[in-house]
Amino acid sequence: MTGASASAGALTALRARWRRLAPGRWLVTGLPWLWLVVFFCLPFLFILKISLSEPALAQPPYLGWIRETADGLVSIVVNFGNYGLLWDDSLYASALLGSLKVASISTGLCLLIGYPMAYAIARAPSHLRMPLLMLVILPFWTSFLIRVYAWMGILNTNGILNNLLLWLGVIEQPLAIMHTPLAVYIGVTYAYLPFMVLPLYATLSRLDPVLLEAAADLGARPLRQFLTITWPQSVPGVIAGAMLVFIPVMGEFVIPDLLGGPDSLMLGKLMWTEFFNNRDWPVASALAAVLLVVLIVPFLLLRHYETRAALMEDAS
Amino acid sequence: MNNTVTNADQEPLVRIQNISKVFGSTYAVDNISLDIEEKAFFSLLGSSGCGKTTLLRMLAGFETPTEGRIYIDGQDVTDLPPYERQVNMMFQSYALFPHMTVADNIAYGLKQDRMARAQRDERVRDMLALVQIEKLGHRKPHQLSGGQRQRVALARALAKLPKILLLDEPLGALDRKLREQTQFELVNLQERLGITFIVVTHDQEEAMTMSSRIALMREGRIEQVDSPRRMYEFPLSRYAASFIGNVNLFEGTVSSQDGDQVRVDSEEAGGQLLVRHSQPMTVGMPVTVAVRPEKIRMAQAGDDLPNQMQGVIREIAYLGDESIYHVELASGKRVKYTQPNVQALAELPLTWGQTIALGWYADRCGLLAQ
Repeated sequence: MTGASASAGALTALRARWRRLAPGRWLVTGLPWLWLVVFFCLPFLFILKISLSEPALAQPPYLGWIRETADGLVSIVVNFGNYGLLWDDSLYASALLGSLKVASISTGLCLLIGYPMAYAIARAPSHLRMPLLMLVILPFWTSFLIRVYAWMGILNTNGILNNLLLWLGVIEQPLAIMHTPLAVYIGVTYAYLPFMVLPLYATLSRLDPVLLEAAADLGARPLRQFLTITWPQSVPGVIAGAMLVFIPVMGEFVIPDLLGGPDSLMLGKLMWTEFFNNRDWPVASALAAVLLVVLIVPFLLLRHYETRAALMEDAS
Repeated sequence: MNNTVTNADQEPLVRIQNISKVFGSTYAVDNISLDIEEKAFFSLLGSSGCGKTTLLRMLAGFETPTEGRIYIDGQDVTDLPPYERQVNMMFQSYALFPHMTVADNIAYGLKQDRMARAQRDERVRDMLALVQIEKLGHRKPHQLSGGQRQRVALARALAKLPKILLLDEPLGALDRKLREQTQFELVNLQERLGITFIVVTHDQEEAMTMSSRIALMREGRIEQVDSPRRMYEFPLSRYAASFIGNVNLFEGTVSSQDGDQVRVDSEEAGGQLLVRHSQPMTVGMPVTVAVRPEKIRMAQAGDDLPNQMQGVIREIAYLGDESIYHVELASGKRVKYTQPNVQALAELPLTWGQTIALGWYADRCGLLAQ
């Protein structure tokens, strides 16, 4: 007995010492932190700094905060004017609204198309699941830009779609899809659909089909089975997929630029214009900072309530 | 427990008529006909792959029979989907809804029936009390132990007070102690509620303890349907005799019959065996004599045991409550013989290599057709 407890005590002491020293622990938690600091926090601080500077015709095209005047005085100039401009000029507000609109609608479209797709793959015979998933991922083998150009070829007035419909006699005049919001929705939904399908598949394939049998046994018809059993359990996948679509679409600029018209105003496109055409880095940076806040605040709120709900459930 | 009265002119609650189920080219269920009376505790017993679960799933409506009809309460339900049958099932994996609380799980079926809120809450409370988990209503399934989950699954399946409750290996996931205790609870529950229970199990002991009737299945067919007692004492086939409990089988041929006394020549037994058997037999017919190990006793001088033989003890299995002796006869046949360990240290401890005389009465063994 004593021998066993003595060795158990020694083991505990050893574990405690290991815990105090354990360099592995710091390495494991430290690496992601380092990554976040170097590739996210620092760049964001740069952008924040530029957004609070004054634009200038120089290289780089903004003035630093600390300036030395001719009489030897050092002054720190922080310029909130860029944010003021974003507030005052309705162009930016409508670009934000435009982005929100495109992002919400295309997230909805992706969900509408992606959910049945993911469900079908998850319920397919096991030997078909991998090939079907591969088909979802396959477009990534081609450059994003080329795929968007391909859509130009399809949607053009003189493109494949119009020619096909004319040939079939469905329409008499070519449809004007290219350079309209519709073209943007088609392009965005197409490009981001896999980001919706994959997390949904991951969630749906984990659901136990026996639960549906249990629901049927208790009197639930197929639609009720879906609404009360499948849907509630797939919500985490829906949220993950929606975020993976919504967030990048908010900043998307290639698709609205190539497929959209002059009226499809989006933040990403506007940022591009400010950076490269107007060379107004401070305003572009202010836009980037605002976009980040717009995206991150709802996310943090959601996390906060989720954690609280989980804590309450465990406490009960 | 054997209180089921078979009433010939009364329509059985469940009538299974020439049911077959084919998967690919194999018959999972092969032309089964079966009647189940109301308020029975009916077990479908068999080893894995015998078709018992398929039969249960056809009763629930998850599988459609390839051939045959199923009637419940006189109504043909063969083509009804599960959600239109007055039958509920307790699943082997319990299949509790993980995103709902225990109370919501139990209320699920009642909600589908659009039962009024107050009534529903009351029923849920009753069900929680019935399976003795009153305080767990607000928990989620992942916060429960295995035994508690089993109770929730039972309460959920009973909540709608169905005519028939189907149970797929209801005690399979419980440990031995809990299983024994729950067996009796299930029987009490069934008697109290008057619901017909149809249980699938591979555990013969479980079937024996709980059932009023057992259907023993083998390779998609029914081997025998009987009360547990008759199943044990009067098995109709070698398979039935050896599936339930231990048995010694002696092959032989009928040599003569005098009333209900049949004499069987058996080389394995090393002579003639006397069996009480009321059915007329043909002389020369190959038969098997079956005798349970506990029906055999050690022959003493002056005993009038008609079936006697001598053998050498080869193996002894001490089980605590009893011991099993493997006795080798002159023919090389090994006979299992059990003896309860009445005394802590037996007066005459039998040991390996000892020669003993065994015997049994003519009415303690059975005659099986080959």
